[in-house]
Amino acid sequence: MEYIISVLLSGVSVGGQYALIAIGYTMVYGILRLINFAHGDVFMVAGLMGIYLSASMPLYVALPLVIVLTAVLAFCIERVAYKPLRSAPRMSVMISAIGVSYLLQNTATYITGAQPMTYPTIPFLSDTVVIAGTPTKWAVLLTPVLVLALVIGLTQLINHTKVGMAMRAVSKDFETAQLMGIKINNTISATFVIGSLLAAVGSVLYFTNYTAVTPTIGALPGLKAFVAAVFGGIGSIPGAVIGAFIIGICETIIKGLPAAWDVSVFSDAFTFALLIIVLVFKPTGLFGEKATDKV
Amino acid sequence: MIRKKSKKGAFIALTCVVAFLALIVLMENLTALVPGAPAVFKPTSQLFVVLKKTAVYALAAVSMNLLTGFTGLFSLGTAGFMLLGAYTYAILTVPMASKDQVYYLFGGSAVKFSLPDLFGGADTVPGLVLGVLIAIILAGCVATVFAWLIGLPVLRLKSDYLAIATLGFAEIIRAVFQWQKLGPVTNGANMLKNFPIFSSFNIKDAGGKVILRLSTFVPFLIAIVCIALIVMLINSSYGRAFKSIREDEIAAEAMGINLFKHKQMSFCISAFFTGIAGALFAMYATNAQAKPFTSAMTYEILLIVVIGGIGSVTGSCLATFLYVACSEWWLRFLDNEIILASGLKVPFLRAGFRMVVFSIIIMVVVLFFRRGIMGTKELPDLFKRKRKEGAK
Amino acid sequence: MKKFLALALSGVMMLGLLAGCGGGGAASGEQTGEKIVKIGVFEPTSGDSASGGKKEVLGMQYANVETPTVTVNGEEYKVELVISDNGSTTDKAPSAASNLVDAGVALVLGSYGSGVSMAGGPIFNDAGLAAIGVTCTNPNVTAGNDYYYRICFLDNFQADVLANFAMDKFDADVAYLLGETGNEYDQGLVAFFEQVFTAAGGTVIKKSFPTNNSDFTTYLNEAKDAGADVIFTPVSIAYATQIVTQAASLGITAPILGSDTLDDNMVLEAAKGTDIQLFVSTFYQEGGSPEFDEGIKNYINTNSTAKDSNGGNDTISAVTAMGYDAYYVALEAMKAAGSVQPEDIKAALSGVTYTGVSGAIAFDEIGDAIRDTAYIKTANTADGTWALETVQTGSAS
Repeated sequence: MEYIISVLLSGVSVGGQYALIAIGYTMVYGILRLINFAHGDVFMVAGLMGIYLSASMPLYVALPLVIVLTAVLAFCIERVAYKPLRSAPRMSVMISAIGVSYLLQNTATYITGAQPMTYPTIPFLSDTVVIAGTPTKWAVLLTPVLVLALVIGLTQLINHTKVGMAMRAVSKDFETAQLMGIKINNTISATFVIGSLLAAVGSVLYFTNYTAVTPTIGALPGLKAFVAAVFGGIGSIPGAVIGAFIIGICETIIKGLPAAWDVSVFSDAFTFALLIIVLVFKPTGLFGEKATDKV
Repeated sequence: MIRKKSKKGAFIALTCVVAFLALIVLMENLTALVPGAPAVFKPTSQLFVVLKKTAVYALAAVSMNLLTGFTGLFSLGTAGFMLLGAYTYAILTVPMASKDQVYYLFGGSAVKFSLPDLFGGADTVPGLVLGVLIAIILAGCVATVFAWLIGLPVLRLKSDYLAIATLGFAEIIRAVFQWQKLGPVTNGANMLKNFPIFSSFNIKDAGGKVILRLSTFVPFLIAIVCIALIVMLINSSYGRAFKSIREDEIAAEAMGINLFKHKQMSFCISAFFTGIAGALFAMYATNAQAKPFTSAMTYEILLIVVIGGIGSVTGSCLATFLYVACSEWWLRFLDNEIILASGLKVPFLRAGFRMVVFSIIIMVVVLFFRRGIMGTKELPDLFKRKRKEGAK
Repeated sequence: MKKFLALALSGVMMLGLLAGCGGGGAASGEQTGEKIVKIGVFEPTSGDSASGGKKEVLGMQYANVETPTVTVNGEEYKVELVISDNGSTTDKAPSAASNLVDAGVALVLGSYGSGVSMAGGPIFNDAGLAAIGVTCTNPNVTAGNDYYYRICFLDNFQADVLANFAMDKFDADVAYLLGETGNEYDQGLVAFFEQVFTAAGGTVIKKSFPTNNSDFTTYLNEAKDAGADVIFTPVSIAYATQIVTQAASLGITAPILGSDTLDDNMVLEAAKGTDIQLFVSTFYQEGGSPEFDEGIKNYINTNSTAKDSNGGNDTISAVTAMGYDAYYVALEAMKAAGSVQPEDIKAALSGVTYTGVSGAIAFDEIGDAIRDTAYIKTANTADGTWALETVQTGSAS
């Protein structure tokens, strides 16, 4: 019983981290129709910045600074690597995203000297709490709460503010939105900045739990977060969050299945199999809107 | 390699290809023929390693180009199909004599035969040529079968959904081949090795001394034959159907092209040649292991296709050479500290800097040379225009 | 525009060929009058195993600083290290290996990681270069390759030592084995450990985690739930730090056993200040040679690049000591050969014996090191240092 609870707790923890990344993914995809492969790497860079900054200044300065700098980084990436390709085919932008991801990973390898870096201990978040006999960290418990708060906040933002309205308009129709006087570049930048803010917050929670930061650590959570976003229905924030938790929990359950079956190898494969199944049978995901093709 | 428009064009193309292959053989054997040849032509030179890898990756890149450039299907399953090809080739060609050693964790292999051994062993000419050839073709076939199966559901998906679904498929395949329970066949996490590799094709005299080196020629021959087949396909009526799908799916369908059938066909053919590229990769790396077949490998090949120009076969080939040579050969000096004669240390140079510079170059190409080095043009097109200008 | 590009392209290609010629041509530095012999270092300095690779290189670099010359046949040669990054992957290894061949090295040291060694091996074989594996422990590295030697023990020996240690020290009946999927090093050790452990009547629970996994709490909880007496995780450094920190936060009391990869200051750092019991089998114990310890610590502390390579502190990893020994074995081979020609060195290498800081080194007929001792160290979690637990001998089968 204790074991089952511990597996579920791990699942919630993993799912929560995916959720924070998935929100950024789903927002960017909703607007630009771009699989932002670099998003996972932005997350990794946020982790590295956390390590380097907290080494030279107190945490209460370092962490907000990490969040700000991550947003700046995402803004720069969007302006340099995606904006010039706005009129290019969708594939070019995606390739540009792969290029950015490659660049971030290689630069991180260069700067860290390819050593796995250890994330600093953050008071309170890193402390242990015992639930039903299973010790876990406060960060694990805090993540779902935070995610919930963020979902409510973001839905308010999207549905009831000017920026949000602009975002919805741009995601519906790029050109018409432009004709209506919406500054699409600013709107897109805003989306990237919000997405990266969440990734930065996610990085703090994630690396408090899983303390080793390596240059490739962002790639896999990034991809899985995308799967979560697709699963929940791309463009839908609550969908992405629910998708992330389902994937996180399923994955952990597979890891926890009896060793005699030897199936824990397939915990990642399962995520991708799920993706293919969802795409084939319900391409719009759980909460996605039906998109129509224009001739 | 060349878009054939007439019999004359075909003839010129054939001559060029034969001349090119002859050049490869000559280059590799230059040191044996001319004693004072530059060091770069030594048989152990990095030039030949880079050329071998170029042949392998060029085939993979052209196969990917057939999908992305000519059919407009954006698939990221390349690494998965290469893995299938590499494993099929390796499993079928590990000699009986070394099976116990290779599969030492599993007490021997469940595959109780070896193709080269069936034809008299890898030391004999028929054993080597037939065994390797059949294994390579089977490698392509296995990849095709899997492509057909996965194509049934995923080919109905649109652009980036297809990309991510095929990427997922490649990851699933990798997990399956790494599964220890399949160890007697796949050798689990361990490497398959000791099978015939490129240098097995060097012709040796009785004393084991190499008379004629063919180790670079063989991958080029196989790759060029495959690429020629792809070019012929592109120029056939099927190829025109593929291109019409790329231009506009709905219009193509209205013209009576069976969308799904043609997509499936393009996908399977591409997978076939990618599988062969995988088999060649196993020969290049002298081992087969699932570990390197990650999405990073797919991205590398995708970047090659983009740099060469989406929709240009010769572009892909040229870009492969440039990509491999830059990343693994020419830029290598960036990884080491250089101290100038004046005692000044060149800043930034240390381990890892090579890859940073290289990724910046790639970003520049992607952003500023959006159509790649060749666009949709082929190499002969460049000369054609020149000739026309000259005629004016 | 297109024509211009094509021209530019061919220009670049010509330049490249020329650069290749220029690079390959310089085999010895005649211009200064002193004789130079080059030793190739075939190591990962990027990718997954870069952390270990760099520490191994560090040992060689220190040895090179300590003994920069070698006297062969009455002539003094300056030794130069040529480092080539194999990127930790088998698809980059062949070109990295041929890069060393092009540089005109006399023999090769490396690599950290068995997979890359197996991929680079045939290139050295073709070029007639002897290679000395430093810490590649997979049996298939030297088997079937005449030119590959190694100075470390093998997977089966190490697993045997650790399994026996688990049973002797902890009376372990149940062992939880955790390795990375598709990693020949992890899976090889896990398999051998299982063989020895079950043969002695123990039971094992065997799990593999997917590559790039970060969440190990499920596995650790499973081990706890199953009442495992020991947890055996022969994983690479980044995973090991994750496992140690997560085990600490879960309050795992079962001792964690690791292989030589866990003998790393990053892992030690992760265990510092926790209640984890961590035991690793390794090639070298700090304090084994005070002279070497002092020298290399001094080297690391006065050289910022070296310190970065060592992860920012001066704890000596076993791989560094092994790299150091490998360098001296290479020098011994040159002296024994009485020549700096690759073929002479290869011929002499089989007979070379050397007593290094990690113990006596000699080669058997396959090219493997004849070693029968492994050190088992435990992490002193209070002050973040390693303490010698025991010296264990085992059989290599």
